[in-house]
Amino acid sequence: MSALLKVDGISKRFRGLLAVDRLSFEVPQGGIFAVIGPNGAGKTTLFNMIAGVFAPDGGAITFAGERIDGLKPDKICQRGIGRTYQIVRPFPALSVEDNVIVGALLHRHHVSDARAHAQDVLRRLDLYDKRAQRASSLTLPDRKRLEVARALATDPKLLLLDEVMAGLRPTEMDRIVSILQELNRETGLTILLIEHVMRAVMALAGQILVLHHGASIAQGSPQQVVRDPAVIHSYLGAEDVA
Amino acid sequence: MKDMWTAIPARGRVILLVLLAALLVAPAALDRYFMSVLILIFYFAFVGQAWNIMMGYAGQLSLGHALYAGLGGYVAALLWFYFGIGPWIGVFAGVAVAAAFGAVIGWLGFRFGIEGVYFALLTIAFAEFTRIAFDNMSFTGGPGGLFLLYEEQRTHEWWNLRGGPLLFYYLGLALAAGGALLTAWLARSRLGYQWLAVREDQEAALSLGVGAFRAKMIAVLISASMTAIGGVFLAFYYNSLFPAQAFDIGRSIEIILAPVIGGLGTIFGPIVGAFILTPLGEALIALTAKFGVDLPGTKAVFYGLTLMIIITLRPDGVWPWLKRLLGLEPKS
Repeated sequence: MSALLKVDGISKRFRGLLAVDRLSFEVPQGGIFAVIGPNGAGKTTLFNMIAGVFAPDGGAITFAGERIDGLKPDKICQRGIGRTYQIVRPFPALSVEDNVIVGALLHRHHVSDARAHAQDVLRRLDLYDKRAQRASSLTLPDRKRLEVARALATDPKLLLLDEVMAGLRPTEMDRIVSILQELNRETGLTILLIEHVMRAVMALAGQILVLHHGASIAQGSPQQVVRDPAVIHSYLGAEDVA
Repeated sequence: MKDMWTAIPARGRVILLVLLAALLVAPAALDRYFMSVLILIFYFAFVGQAWNIMMGYAGQLSLGHALYAGLGGYVAALLWFYFGIGPWIGVFAGVAVAAAFGAVIGWLGFRFGIEGVYFALLTIAFAEFTRIAFDNMSFTGGPGGLFLLYEEQRTHEWWNLRGGPLLFYYLGLALAAGGALLTAWLARSRLGYQWLAVREDQEAALSLGVGAFRAKMIAVLISASMTAIGGVFLAFYYNSLFPAQAFDIGRSIEIILAPVIGGLGTIFGPIVGAFILTPLGEALIALTAKFGVDLPGTKAVFYGLTLMIIITLRPDGVWPWLKRLLGLEPKS
């Protein structure tokens, strides 16, 4: 499998704090790759650099063979990277369907085509019956899925999910996990996720990278990672997660 | 275009057609005074729609829209005054100049991330600069104003906007209706969705690939152009222009009131707002005159109080409420 996303030695410094420190990894085409680590490890900073919110201070990010570091968020999305936000940001006054239509219009010029595509995506995310509701009236689990639906509607090759499980009950979590597995299996969508909830990470990820103080301390299959002494020491503690 | 019509519930279509027909035949029954009130209503519905595109749809607050109306009016009036070039041509020049100013303001604001109230300050500043400049230019008549001759023998020249109230009535009606149609069409387009996304959450819009800068620039250009057309209309209707009026912040506020009262981000909001506000102002003038109150500012105080009451009762504007009242909510 070739790498769809290649992160090569990127760093980001905020004043004195080195948030991400010469980090490198590759996300294979069609894979599900998870980045875990304690709060403040630099996970969201990493995401923001990939999504174009800010440019890395050094290093390179390559997507589908082209350098993308330093591009603006709209250009990154146009290249085929969709993202969700840790704190969901629906367009509150718009209907659920219109929220998704905005994403669908990226590669479609007619609203009617975009609406048809948005409805397909909404069906996949179990939101079709709520399509006429205002986004502001949705519950948190629904908003989380709307966030994913909107990003998916842009037809990404790579989906960045920023703590999409946070705040969800186990049944809701299982629902999103199975939706994501289905998407990955049926459409070949590559997924890069940041996640705190180990249960979801273990169920989804083919590969895990453990971030600590902005640097990678372990990388490998879920089974390898959870047995890694450095990971157990710094992140998982003595807790038995397997 | 066709689905814009079918999207309106049947009852709404009937009401719309009846109102439109009534407005088309109304001049036969109305005296000069009521004609002049309706002409102002049409004007405010049209420029209100222009501002609504920028604020109600794209979410960009401009408090300097008098700039575009003033520039449009002055450019067309000057071309007529000095060169005898008619407003049907002058309007293109007026729109071009206003759009150029809009482009500069938009570029400065959106390129450098000047947002919200700071962007509004920028729009006020440009209107003020322009007012001061026009006060100090002799070829525009300076603070003394620019006057277009009203020549009795030319009143048949409708193509030069040299006609009477009837001409301005139908032209105003066409502008108000055309502005609403344009807005409805834009709102249902790809661009319309991008505007809403930017208005709701620009950062989220960007992450969905929406070119926010481009979308906002187009909104400013369309809004400035429409407002300039309104300015040409008003200049040739009143036959006079003064910098202290044309570019005044009060004029800008007048432009935004109809969409704010009627309902932001709705097609019929600016129209409903104009139909409330202009008659309200006229009624207050009549009432204060009747009761012999000639204290300066009396009308403004009551006007302001009435607006506060309306906004308190209907914070989303009158139209969304009226729409429910008339049973025009689309069935979901």
